[in-house]
Amino acid sequence: MKTVAIAFNTFREAIRDRILYSLLVFALAMIGGSVVLSKLSVGGEVRIIKDLGLAAIGLVGILIAVFIGVGLVYKEIERRTLYTIITKPIRRADFILGKFLGLTLTLAVNVAIMGAGLVLIASAMEGRLTWELLLPVGLTFVKLMVVTAIAVLFSTFSTPTLSAIFTLALVVVGSLANDLKLFAATFGGPLLRGAVAALYLVLPNLTTLDVGGAVVHGRPVPAAVAALAGAYGLAYVAALLAAAVWIFQYRDFK
Amino acid sequence: MGGVAIRAEGLTKDYRAGFWRRRVRVLHELGLEVQAGEVFGFLGPNGAGKTTTLKLLTGLIHPTSGSAMVLGEPAGSVRVKARIGFLPENPSFYDYLTGAEYLDYCGALAGLPRTVRRDRLGALLGRVGLSAQGALQLRKYSKGMLQRIGLAQALINDPAVIFLDEPMSGLDPIGRKEVRDLLLRLRGEGRTVFFSTHIIPDVEVVCDRVGIILAGRLVAVGRVEELLASPLEQIEVTTSGLSPDAASALAAWSVVPPVRSGDRILLAVKGEEDLGQVLRAILHAGGRVHSVVPHRRTLEEVFLERIREGSR
Repeated sequence: MKTVAIAFNTFREAIRDRILYSLLVFALAMIGGSVVLSKLSVGGEVRIIKDLGLAAIGLVGILIAVFIGVGLVYKEIERRTLYTIITKPIRRADFILGKFLGLTLTLAVNVAIMGAGLVLIASAMEGRLTWELLLPVGLTFVKLMVVTAIAVLFSTFSTPTLSAIFTLALVVVGSLANDLKLFAATFGGPLLRGAVAALYLVLPNLTTLDVGGAVVHGRPVPAAVAALAGAYGLAYVAALLAAAVWIFQYRDFK
Repeated sequence: MGGVAIRAEGLTKDYRAGFWRRRVRVLHELGLEVQAGEVFGFLGPNGAGKTTTLKLLTGLIHPTSGSAMVLGEPAGSVRVKARIGFLPENPSFYDYLTGAEYLDYCGALAGLPRTVRRDRLGALLGRVGLSAQGALQLRKYSKGMLQRIGLAQALINDPAVIFLDEPMSGLDPIGRKEVRDLLLRLRGEGRTVFFSTHIIPDVEVVCDRVGIILAGRLVAVGRVEELLASPLEQIEVTTSGLSPDAASALAAWSVVPPVRSGDRILLAVKGEEDLGQVLRAILHAGGRVHSVVPHRRTLEEVFLERIREGSR
């Protein structure tokens, strides 16, 4: 219950922030702009809209997750707003979870708005309901939860600038995880291959959550694969949050 | 109510500072007991360890060694936090919330049901004199108003023990008087109040007991009147109309150099016997006595004495 109160307050802070609206307008403009772009291409117009639309949702979502996420805990410590909150009868874990859930709720609302916009435009162009887009939108949301959890973890011990750099670096590496593995398998010796295998296991593999390409190009995504990808993302989130809570538990608020 | 509300035993805190992360001890084995229902003033100059102590007692930081118990349980536990209120120094709040929204949020974190919150936040806003500003965003609050909303949030859960870090700082004289009155009312309600300050007159008026902390060490603790009781009572005598010779003869009696202002001379003598001799000498020399004032030590003098002793 108290976690919900913290989550709701975090959500309220985000929706009273202008940055959120500018990003949302940017995303909708990008989805709208893809309609114009699709007119210029020969054939496969709707595919361009879907591709660009999904990319826009992912990009804007990551920007929101990183730039709000890295300040989520740090700012509360730095501005000392935390002092009157953490001395209320709550556990420190409640605070971290509440902060995470608040930003997740913010992202959910944004992804829902952007996703609805994309589905509406694509459906109007194709003359049928393009409900298959909901799967990549849903898994993008799980990916954003992972990014948020990374940002929250860094936010418990690092400054927003450093946290943003770390988080974005992990997002980039996570998006290239499969390439990393392939690279080691192709060129590396046993030592490099072992090291990369270990990294591959530890780093977030965000490519498993990207099914947009397959869906847009009409390749089937088996339900089991999608479910496993979602479960992987949520398990990763749980591990990151556990680490964040552990660090936060021992912190001194000087 | 009775018993010990706050107990610190061997409470020690080290911070790591600088590039080499050197250990710096900011609190040395603090031992302290505050009885339930007491108003305890924690006095010390800036940087003496007042805020560190308050943060240890509210669970914001963890002790390096020693223990802090509040209401019989470890400080900072959820059960303790349900029964305490805390106002940090120069409090800072979510500026995007209104005063009423903020108090409602604090009430929710205290686990109060919505209906209770609604009634209580109205009453609290009234109590701290912010009834008209409840719907105003906190970014538009003045420093004094923020201090008051801070007091209101500290009381949201009807706490048994209230910790206040420099509650009078940044307030104008009227604001300070209001906070003093509030502290006295809280004591009247049987609550325990532990507050830190470097403003001495506040302590003298409202505190039952005082602790003085210097450079991380508790150097004195006791009832205000005990600390003020002077082993060497002084009596100030103001006189005039004395010849220079008579005046210099009198100066020998004064325990501090006499203060001259025009014709008037202020002497400080020790003990009633000396006073009798001095008064007789003045009258004999044809001088006039304007006032005889027994001089009570102020807490400020006690405080400064301890600082001098500490720096030796």
